[in-house]
Amino acid sequence: MAWLTLALRNLLRDLKSGELAVLLLALLVAVASLTAVGFFTSRIGRAVEQQAGEVLAADLRLQSAREIDAGYDREAERRGLRVARLESMPSVVFHGAESSLVTLRAVGEGYPLRGRVRTAERPFGTGVVTDGVPAPGEAWADSRLIAKLGADVGAEFTVGAHRVRVTRVLDYRPDQGSGFADLSATLMINRADLPATQLVQPGSRVSRAVLFAGAPADVDAFRAWLQQHKQRWERVQSIADASPQIRSSADRAGRFLSLASLVSVLLSAIAVAMAAQRYARRHLDVVALMKCMGASQRFVLTETVVQLCVVGVATAVIGTALGYFAQSGIAWLLQDLLRGELPPPSADAFMLGVVTAVVVLVGFALPPLLRLRRVPPARVLRRDLEPPPLRYAVVYGLAIGAVLALLYWLVRDPRLVGYVAGGLGATFLLLAVAGWLLVRTLAPLRRGVGVAWRYGLANIVRRGRDSIVQIVAFGLGLTVLLLLALVRDDLLQDWRASLPADAPNYFMINIRPEEGPAVEAFFADSGLPSTELVPMLRARLVAINDTTVDQLHLTSERANEFVEREANLTWSEALGPGNRIVAGEWWPPGANHDPQVSVEREFAESVGLKLGDTLSYDVAGETVTARVTSLREVRWDTFKPNFFVVFSPGVLENVTGTLITSVHIEPDQRPALVELVRKFPEVTIIDIEALLAQVRDVMDKASLAVQYVFLFTLAAGLMVLLAAVQSTREERRYESAMLRTLGATRGVVFQGVAAEFLVLGALAGLLAAAGATGVGWVLARRVFDLPYSPDPWVWVVGILGGALLVGVAGLLAARSVVTHPPMQALRAGG
Amino acid sequence: MTTNAARGDGDDTVLAARSIGKQVSSPEGRLAILTDVSLEVRRGESVAIVGASGAGKSTLLALLAGLDEPTAGSAWLAGHELTALDEDGRAAVRARHVGFVFQSFHLVPSLTALENVMLPLELARRPDARNAAREVLGRVGLAERLGHYPRQLSGGEQQRVAIARAFVTDPDVLFADEPTGNLDAATGTKIMDLLFGFDGARRTTLVLVTHDRSLAARCHREIRLDAGRIVPSSSSPAAAG
Repeated sequence: MAWLTLALRNLLRDLKSGELAVLLLALLVAVASLTAVGFFTSRIGRAVEQQAGEVLAADLRLQSAREIDAGYDREAERRGLRVARLESMPSVVFHGAESSLVTLRAVGEGYPLRGRVRTAERPFGTGVVTDGVPAPGEAWADSRLIAKLGADVGAEFTVGAHRVRVTRVLDYRPDQGSGFADLSATLMINRADLPATQLVQPGSRVSRAVLFAGAPADVDAFRAWLQQHKQRWERVQSIADASPQIRSSADRAGRFLSLASLVSVLLSAIAVAMAAQRYARRHLDVVALMKCMGASQRFVLTETVVQLCVVGVATAVIGTALGYFAQSGIAWLLQDLLRGELPPPSADAFMLGVVTAVVVLVGFALPPLLRLRRVPPARVLRRDLEPPPLRYAVVYGLAIGAVLALLYWLVRDPRLVGYVAGGLGATFLLLAVAGWLLVRTLAPLRRGVGVAWRYGLANIVRRGRDSIVQIVAFGLGLTVLLLLALVRDDLLQDWRASLPADAPNYFMINIRPEEGPAVEAFFADSGLPSTELVPMLRARLVAINDTTVDQLHLTSERANEFVEREANLTWSEALGPGNRIVAGEWWPPGANHDPQVSVEREFAESVGLKLGDTLSYDVAGETVTARVTSLREVRWDTFKPNFFVVFSPGVLENVTGTLITSVHIEPDQRPALVELVRKFPEVTIIDIEALLAQVRDVMDKASLAVQYVFLFTLAAGLMVLLAAVQSTREERRYESAMLRTLGATRGVVFQGVAAEFLVLGALAGLLAAAGATGVGWVLARRVFDLPYSPDPWVWVVGILGGALLVGVAGLLAARSVVTHPPMQALRAGG
Repeated sequence: MTTNAARGDGDDTVLAARSIGKQVSSPEGRLAILTDVSLEVRRGESVAIVGASGAGKSTLLALLAGLDEPTAGSAWLAGHELTALDEDGRAAVRARHVGFVFQSFHLVPSLTALENVMLPLELARRPDARNAAREVLGRVGLAERLGHYPRQLSGGEQQRVAIARAFVTDPDVLFADEPTGNLDAATGTKIMDLLFGFDGARRTTLVLVTHDRSLAARCHREIRLDAGRIVPSSSSPAAAG
């Protein structure tokens, strides 16, 4: 065991002397950044799992957009199951002149069958478990809704044609969905009140559910019966179905954050490799001496491995602790979006720390240390003897293998690993080429500057490879921060600016066709702008050509979504505003022809539709088939009623549907809306601005979390800088000593070092600004279809911020170069 | 070759070279550092390897100590044919039979004087390394400096630690490469007294590479190298008593 104590003692010495400081710090950043995200996603995942039983508020749930037959209830009760019913729909609640978008939930006796509802006495008060449901005439509203309407407990709300009194504050309901919350607030009323609201009309967007609960065997048996007897449009959900769905969305968010933190890991790994290289170089003499005294290659290798293991375990433990601490930061940032307390993370997340440390050490620290084994012992006599260099295949093979292994551990999907690895490789390559070009442009600049700056610039150019690595490391972190901090806002502003001032800000749906003229008249009488009412009816896709939907093999989630959900159809004589034909032809006006449909391009592409294909829809129990004669591109952000599928006239006119419209209403015209809802209670008004504000709120918080994760990227960049400064410390000391011997003051040397890091930082900032502008441009032109006006602040903030950050950090790291006594440095040699 | 000063109680050879040569690649082609060198050194003998800079002294030392491999010929150390062993085999032979003293001391900067001396014992997995190291350091006059790091010691003190480290394993052969090269004359003399004192007391074979004629003269015999070949020595050293 002597070798073990020797290895440990040597390690302890190196730790004390600070030899391993940068390597350890870089490893800590890698472990902390990945585990922070790992812990957070694991907690979300477990929250989802724990709530899986509650998420349905039942063991089994039958869901439909249509009226559900009472026969199911009777059959379930006959089998000894408990049953409860509920309806939910989007609506608007009024309190005086204030209004708000809500999800109205009308719950029947017995709800919820699983989990408990919590309510509070006051808005944002502490919730207590509450049995039962709101009594008829009463309502439970959530805190957000009460606050938004400027009301309090006891206030009267108007919903549809009905008035209810708020008696409690709804704090939690089991089926509210876990993880990320619904966008709109909830108002819970008794089912018995639903008819009085007059909101339920043919064609209105009501989601109906029957809940069942009981002994597991009874539930299973009933489930089998239900699968056989249910209607096609009715959906049976059990806990097993509900959980993976939510899980997968939480998983997706987790994967994204993991990949974001992977960038920090890669940069930290580069710092680790640099630090390990320096460590190995400084240990060549000691290893040669030990071999001279009889140490075998195996001993040297064992010592290296033991030391790496100890370093790995220590950084895994400390880094994981840091990561745990850091994840509470993410949870805090997203607290508004998460409801309730998160459970502790799983053991997997703890493993992640160990895996990260091991992978980074094996992939990046081991190769330079492996060289130590091959140090020729004769180096004790001739210092120019070096160990043979490792083969590139070993060095890069281990590094790439390590990255791929980590990637696979994170995403568990070989195809995705391929994509991400390719993307990362291309990005790094692009940045490296850009960094190389920037460093090259510095060389001629040296002539025009003073001695200190010349010294600084010369250092950047001479240490070309290290300089590029530092520019890329910082550039990457800064790019993402600039993108999220500045470019995102610019894009939102550009998008808003691209909308006409009178773009509709309210949607009105559920207008009964027979009330259409009355609604139009109301608009005219109230001084609201005139508007076009568009017919809309709900239908289900049953077949494409002769293939029924069940037999379709659709791979993309989007396509499945298109096919499975109830579709909104319309018909039209003329092509609507904001629509453009991209293939085929729009039907000629007034022609009496076969049923035809025009399909939105994205829909057509994801489902695989071509011109000439036929679509069959189940419309109110009848099958309607039409031929695809044109494909359209739609500008959805005009906020006009638009549809994926538009029928030609003469096909759907006789089916009962509803009318839909959108309208721009000035703030002073809002009271008219209250009047509108009172007069036509079944009409649902959707406030687009409120919806957009909510979407934006979610985006803000999510991007804050992403920014937080990318702070680790900057920390990793800092580690690369430290490693680079450390690996050149002796060289710098020698140069500084030479300069001072030649008469340079400490000030000049200091300025030289400052110049070097300021320029490095400015270059990284320049690269970041270019990157952020480039990505912003691509997003604007390709994704959002906006004219993009680059923000000059991106360049100012990028370059100044980069120079300041790297300048200060570099000076702090390299300050000993200036303070070191020159004689000592000259004695030690270059 | 000078062999007249051979001294020893027995004639057992502890070190031998048969026609060893060393060539290296250089931009101008193959370069011969050593050519056809044969020698024998007996137990307890002290030998000085002398010659001008670049004559191949250090290379010969490296080959005799098994630190490097010759490109021709063969070498033996304490009955082991070094040229038949791989690097680890040679390391094992060094661990059992060899000690080193270098011009630039080669102490491990992160270890104390005591730990530096313990190092070869620990590498050879000898028990009670601490006490043995303490004892030898006492003998070189550094009993009070056990916990000092190399940077806290003077050049002479550092070389005394190196000597203690070389002798602590009780080696059969001690290789010394310009052991006084970095020291002033007075300190150098003290160091050599110490070295020869140890050597004589333990009957260790000493192979000394040096430029210093007076130092070479204290050895039993001298091997002179010129351009990689052994040449007859211009003066025979006096047999040290």
